[in-house]
Amino acid sequence: MSEGEMTRLKEEVEEKKKLISTLRNKPWRMRRRLECLKDAQQFVEKFEGALGKGKGRKLYAFKVMMTKKWIKFNRDFENFKTACIPWERKIKEVESHFGSSVASYFLFLRWMYGMNLVLFGFVFGLVVIPEVLMGLPYGSIPRKTVPRDEQAKAMDFSVLFEFGGYCKYSFLFYGYYNNQRTIGLLQFRLPLSYLLVGVGSFGYSLMVVIRTMAKNSNEGGDGAEEGDFTFAWKMFTSWDYLIGNSETADNKFASITTSFKESIVDEQENQKDENIHLRRFLRVLANLLILCSLGGSGYLIYYVVKRSQTYANMDEDELSWFEKNEVEFVMSLLGLVCPPLFETIAELEEYHPRIALKWQLGRIFALFLGNLYTFLFALFDEVNAKLEREETIKNATIWAMKEHYSNFSELNNSTAITPLSINPADVMRGPCWETAVGIEFMKLTVSDIQVTYLTILFGDFLRALAVRFLNYCWCWDLEAGFPSYAEFDISGNVLGLIFNQGMIWMGAFYAPGLVGLNVLRLLTSMYFQCWAVMTCNVPHERVFKASKSNNFYMGLLLLILFLSMLPVVYTIMTLPPSFDCGPFSGKQKMYDVIIETIDKDLPAFLGTLFTYAANPGLIIPAVLLMVLAIYYLNSVSKAYKHANNELRKKMQMQRDEEKNRRNNKDSTNQVMKDLEDLLPKKSPISASAKENTANIQPLSELGDKPSKVSQKPGAVATGRGVNLQRDVSLAMANPRMAVTRPPGPRGPSALPGNTLQVPGGRGRGRGQNPRR
Amino acid sequence: MDYTNNPDVKLPLALIINMPELKENPFRNRIVESFSEDGLGNISFNDFVDMFSVLSETAPRELKAIYAFKIYDFNTDNFICKEDLEKTLNKLTREELTPEEVNLVCEKAIEEADMDGDNKLCFTDFENMISRAPDFLSTFHIRI
Repeated sequence: MSEGEMTRLKEEVEEKKKLISTLRNKPWRMRRRLECLKDAQQFVEKFEGALGKGKGRKLYAFKVMMTKKWIKFNRDFENFKTACIPWERKIKEVESHFGSSVASYFLFLRWMYGMNLVLFGFVFGLVVIPEVLMGLPYGSIPRKTVPRDEQAKAMDFSVLFEFGGYCKYSFLFYGYYNNQRTIGLLQFRLPLSYLLVGVGSFGYSLMVVIRTMAKNSNEGGDGAEEGDFTFAWKMFTSWDYLIGNSETADNKFASITTSFKESIVDEQENQKDENIHLRRFLRVLANLLILCSLGGSGYLIYYVVKRSQTYANMDEDELSWFEKNEVEFVMSLLGLVCPPLFETIAELEEYHPRIALKWQLGRIFALFLGNLYTFLFALFDEVNAKLEREETIKNATIWAMKEHYSNFSELNNSTAITPLSINPADVMRGPCWETAVGIEFMKLTVSDIQVTYLTILFGDFLRALAVRFLNYCWCWDLEAGFPSYAEFDISGNVLGLIFNQGMIWMGAFYAPGLVGLNVLRLLTSMYFQCWAVMTCNVPHERVFKASKSNNFYMGLLLLILFLSMLPVVYTIMTLPPSFDCGPFSGKQKMYDVIIETIDKDLPAFLGTLFTYAANPGLIIPAVLLMVLAIYYLNSVSKAYKHANNELRKKMQMQRDEEKNRRNNKDSTNQVMKDLEDLLPKKSPISASAKENTANIQPLSELGDKPSKVSQKPGAVATGRGVNLQRDVSLAMANPRMAVTRPPGPRGPSALPGNTLQVPGGRGRGRGQNPRR
Repeated sequence: MDYTNNPDVKLPLALIINMPELKENPFRNRIVESFSEDGLGNISFNDFVDMFSVLSETAPRELKAIYAFKIYDFNTDNFICKEDLEKTLNKLTREELTPEEVNLVCEKAIEEADMDGDNKLCFTDFENMISRAPDFLSTFHIRI
């Protein structure tokens, strides 16, 4: 065979091979495909041998098999990971009945649960377990033992419930931990670990929140694109063909219907008319009312806190339960009463539901923030009082020690002094302010849990029962009018969750057991609230999407994280630790542990390195650099957004132009219209062109149906000769139509009887003036 | 029975749509009809394989788009007109939307996807629209 024939044959074989590999993707009937395949395979076999190839087939088959196995393994692993996600079915059920906004609360809850689980792992594994396993046991040293005078009541349930008694002197609170520098065989540095875990949990939470925020903003980035085909996509891609279970199918039908209704509401909102002035006035009024109520609640808390300080100075047994827990009670009450109040006032404002939700969230946020910080100030007063008491007790202890030594040396006349051996329960104790703070946070969390569950039970469940059963014997329809079934309060619940997390972050440093309590709380919350929502709530009357709110919640969470980090960092840096309890006892400041570690455990040069790094001369330029970097990145991202918008506008404009040209309408683009007006009119040709094109319109319509690639005389819609030329260039630029054939033969040949050509017309079917 | 030499065995529609994979699908009738040679839903083994090959995970987007177009074209006139859309919507929502809502949705869908202004979707319109849909590939998929 000659060279030319060889190459040609090679090409043909390659072509056939390509055909074989793409055969599956052709929309032919199976029979045709099988025939084609058989032919191609025979051809390749016959001629490949002639070309001397055909080796390595076994290796190729082996590779293909391994790739298939790898793909299958990956798919199985993905399935496994997805199956491990908890509560997926529960959330899907809630979603299909109540829409995406309610389900977003449960998704948020699940995410929080995951984060708290990790935090719990840190605290438990690195602080609690080492102390419990390798540290001194209960009762061996004073800080771990219940004092003698409290021992009588230490096991009482009421005392335990207040986190006194045995609870107070257990690993749940800061005071239990010993300040030995290293413990156990492994020389585990507990104080260092305690400090690092405390700071590290903030760091971890920060990282997780920001990562989730970034992911959410990426997903929602194609906002405008998403709006292009909403309804079309909903229609053709919402049904999941994988569904095979009839219950799932029911849920899916429900969710699709809800989703359509959501989009219809969105659509209609865009078309509503407005009466601006009345609306503005009402909105100002509403905001005034809400400011008043916020101010009122702030003052109430301040008043109650002041009263509790006077109570603190009175004897404990004279106070009733209500008076002892007044602060928590009032805070929970405010958190219960104000949100519905805000919602009723907000009805004056008549915002779109999504925006109204944001306002509501913002207001409740302000309320809770005020509450939290007032509570903190109260605590600070208490801490300062305790610190003062501590001074006196410390002096008293030192004095007692000195006395013992002097007595001892007097009595025995020796200088070898044995240390005082008192039963740990009898030793005089300092007030240990950190444990007190930890107890306060624990109590607050517990009361928060109680309030939430009781609200659900009474507000939702009993109400639903009452409405359902009293309806039979009541004068008006309870289900349709007042009170009817409750709707799920998304904003209240989400903010409750966020603030609860804030309290956990604040309190976890002083009470390591708090994180465990929170994990339990979130777990039970999930099941309880899922049950409550499905049993007692009805879907919202106005259904709307909550897609972008996810980042809003995350933003709030980030803010709370910063706000709760502040008190903890402040106390670590400024307040002196208690002298006889906790892992930092005996030190001047809590962070001295780090300095101690650097001095003793790390090599010398690292110590000098840290001293250099802590130099303000180095830190200030670093901070400046970071500020500059942020500024630069910000302006770059703004530029990208701008460019994106420009491109989008361009695409939209082209689309509109195409559409209008097809419909033979005038260009709706004002700029084009103005340009057209500026051009000189070309009378004779344009007039006849207009007539003739009007006549051939129906003919060409019929003729052009099968080929959507424009051969239509759409451009002559403007009716002016010169414009045809310009429209040519416009048409050339359009990339959107699937160009299934090359630019056709010049217009004249495509249409019957066409002879006249407009000067300069090229390309796709220009200048259709067939009549002569 | 030797199935490799193209025996003339066809299964009726009623049998195929009771398969567990297709049982809950609102479009099962249309799916089977569009893969059958006679258009009535009697499919041979080859057509059956074809159907699940197109609906499988590895089929390319263009192929799926072609067959999706065929499935949603209820009156088989090579266009998705308003009646087709109405039927699709009613099957999707089990007729729980009011007629005004159905009308609104169908009109909006046509307005969004129709490029050439003839008030119905031809294949290019449909393909243009569906190729940008982010979850088309994941929903138009049956695992067997």
